[in-house]
Parts: sequence; C-alpha cells; structure tokens
Amino acid sequence: MERIEGLLGPEDNKSHTLSPYVTGTSVLGLKYKDGVLMAADMGGSYGSTLRYKNVERVKPVGKHSLVGASGEISDFQEIMRYLDELILYDNMWDDDNSLGPKEIHNYLTRVMYNRRNKFDPLWNSLVVGGVKNGKKYLGTVSMLGVHYEDDHIATGFGNHLARPILRAEHSNDMSYEDAVKLLEKCMLVLLYRDRSAINKLQISNITEEGVTISQPYSLKTFWGLSAFKDPTKGAQGSW
Amino acid sequence: MSSIGTGYDLSVTTFSPDGRVFQIEYASKAVDNSGTVIGIKCKDGIVLGVEKLIASKMMLPGSNRRIHAVHRNSGMAVAGLAADGRQIVARTKAEAINYEKTYGEAIPVKELAERVASYVHLCTLYWWLRPFGCGVILGGYDRDGPQLYMVEPSGISHRYYGAAIGKGRQAAKTEIEKLNLAGMSCREGIVEVAKIIYSVHDEAKDKAFELEMSWVCDESNRLHQKVPEDLLNQAIMIAKAALEEMDAD
Repeated sequence: MERIEGLLGPEDNKSHTLSPYVTGTSVLGLKYKDGVLMAADMGGSYGSTLRYKNVERVKPVGKHSLVGASGEISDFQEIMRYLDELILYDNMWDDDNSLGPKEIHNYLTRVMYNRRNKFDPLWNSLVVGGVKNGKKYLGTVSMLGVHYEDDHIATGFGNHLARPILRAEHSNDMSYEDAVKLLEKCMLVLLYRDRSAINKLQISNITEEGVTISQPYSLKTFWGLSAFKDPTKGAQGSW
Repeated sequence: MSSIGTGYDLSVTTFSPDGRVFQIEYASKAVDNSGTVIGIKCKDGIVLGVEKLIASKMMLPGSNRRIHAVHRNSGMAVAGLAADGRQIVARTKAEAINYEKTYGEAIPVKELAERVASYVHLCTLYWWLRPFGCGVILGGYDRDGPQLYMVEPSGISHRYYGAAIGKGRQAAKTEIEKLNLAGMSCREGIVEVAKIIYSVHDEAKDKAFELEMSWVCDESNRLHQKVPEDLLNQAIMIAKAALEEMDAD
C-alpha cells in the first residue's frame, strides 16, 4: 500500500506488537464455597514450540485478588508491573482501605481497552478473581477490552472445552475438594485436546484468609481411550 | 536579627559578607517553630513520632498527616511547613518508584536520602526559588538493615541513631541520648518515643496535640506502617502516666 506522507502524523510508522511470540494457553476460574479457585498450566509456547515449562501464569495482586493470564507472557509481565505499582501507590495511603478484585478488574478493562484503541493491544485474556468483605468476585478481560463477570470463567480453548463441563457441574456452594476435582477434570480435557497445554499445572486459591498457590503437579492421564485410537482415521493424507 | 535591613537576606543566591546565606537560616526558623518530630533507630527497625499540633478542634482526628509512606519499606516524617513537606514526599515517592523501575529492586535508604537531599538543595541555588520551609526525617529498611536519615532545608543530610527537629528538639535530643538504642526493640521504642513527645510538649504555649507514629521493623515485616492502634494507645497511656509521675515529684 502506498503511504501518504504525514497523513496520520509523525507516529504513523511506529511499530507495534502485531502478533504474540511466547504464549500461555487457557486459564480457568470458578467460585466455590469459601472463595475463588483458578487453574492454569505452566507452559510457554514459542509459536507451536513448547519453549518454557515453568511459567507461573497466576499471580496474587494485593491482599484480595488473583490475576491469571493466557496469551503473550511478556505482556502479562508488563501488566503485573502496572498492577504492582498500582498496589504500591494504594498501600502508601496507609488509610486502611485497599483495592479489591472489582477495582483491579475495572482497572484492567481500562488498560486493555486503551491499548486496543492505540492499535497496540496487550495480547492477553485475563482472569481476575478474589474475595473482599465476604464477596466473591470473578471476571475476565480480553485483549480487545471485552469484559464480563461470571461464576465460572475460562479463556481461549477453555471457553470451548471447559465451560460446557463447568456449566453442567459447577455450583457456587461446592466444597474446596469438589471444586479442585472439577478443575482437574477440565484441565485433563484441555490436556487431551489442546495441543499447547502441558501436564504441569498450578491451582491457586483465594479466600478471605488470603492467597495460596499450589506447587506445580501433574494429572494422571490415560491415552487408551477409543477416541484416541487410530488418530488419522477420517483424515487420510496422500501418503 | 542582625541580617534585617542589610540587604543580604533577600535572596538565596546572595552570601552575607561573613559567609552566611540568610534565606536558608530563615527557612530553618520555620522548622524550629514546628511541632517536635523525632526518629530513633532500634535494633530491629525504625520508629518515627510526631507531635502534631492541632490547628482547630473542628478538624477530624487523623487529619493533616505528617508521616507519609514513601515506598514499601520507608517512611518520612515532616517538620515545618506541611505543604512544602508534601512536595518533598511526592518527589521522594517518585524517586523510589523510578529507581525500582530502572533497577528492579527497592531503592537503598542511603540512595533515597541522597536524592531527597539533592532535591532540597536544588532549591537553594536559584534566585527564583525559595528553600523548603521544612526538615524531614527518613526511616527505612533495606539489605543493610534499618537506617535513619535527616534532611534539612539547606540540603544537608546525615545518618543518625536518633534525630529530632522542631520546637522541642533540644530536650528531645537529650532524652534520646539517654536511651540504650542498640539494645532496644521497636516495641519498646514506641513507648520511649511517646514519652519523649509527651514530655517535650509545652502545654502553656500549645494546647492540643495528636501523637502520630509509624514504624519500619521486623514486626511490621519490614514495611512502613502506622503503629497499630492498640500499641499506640498503650504507649500514650504509659507516656501520660510517666508525665504525671514527673509532675508529682
């Protein structure tokens, strides 16, 4: 395309992130009896190469919130810098007030939408979960700034593969053990069908008492299911 | 006031014939008229205390704070013009955050004190600026342990074991000298600071005051925080009792 000199001002040829480089796959989140749980594997893919296998994709923000990210890992790290600075400024007021998950989520919606309008989006889908003053909160924002709250949330492939299971089996008053089991069930389905998923995950828990992020662990897999037999059946190539 | 009428006291950029800069000395005067501010370095951290004189009874308790957090692990107590102090606090916060953004770790207290001092000093170098009418005590915790600095309107900055500025500084300093700071925890330090502030308060000249205190110590996870309400109230009670005992003697 021929460029008309100066039509868009001096910034018209500024280069932007036009595609992500190192990415993480789905994040799942759900409310349960005592708070909010989030699950994400620890893979970081460089294109379709599994380049990094120890990426923590769920982080605590302040006292009341968790943020999980899929998409560009470096953009997530940048977002965590924003959030840590936000929390620092908030703490320095030392006024016994603190930002809760609702405020963090709203802040992120503004950041994501602003960057999208600069045609320089942060390439992530984010999940924000938390508990403050007895109220559970779970929400999400996409790289376009699209945001909503729900009782269970999944990003990326999880939206297609995990949410139908969550819709069928999730309830807001389920116990911690049941909620973990449900998340593991969803993560196992994602592991089977999402080629970017890896079998090393963390489950993060936030309650009124605070944040606990589990040690990385693996799920038990069984590849003998009939659906996995003869994978090229019905997709025959030329050789 | 030998300086008045000589013409040598009109600008910070003019020396008097005997080598003084009167504008800076006037700025120090503004600090000397302020409520007393003290800071001590105990074995496990720093305690800051302020005698905050109440300008009006109609003001909400806790208004016009004189101790400010400037980063996660450091705080600043201001004596003198409160509005000038907020300018310094804002700059200090900006320096601390800028350092962390650049180097990826919290700013050392020494570096922070130096940067604040440079900023304060800057305002004594130009005829179109007025020096800050306040002195600050900066307390913080870094990998070298707890540290206490005081920055004066001239831009001078020193590291201290115990520091005092404001009206009651002379009496406060003699009291601090009597303390065994090396063997004292911050929990004990709170009580001592409260006692000193209450003892140097001049009830005849100033009526109401509020004791404002903060600490950075192991007990606060090396974070700069207000002293918890129960500890503060307990310290105030002990300080008042000590004062009455002194009056009885």
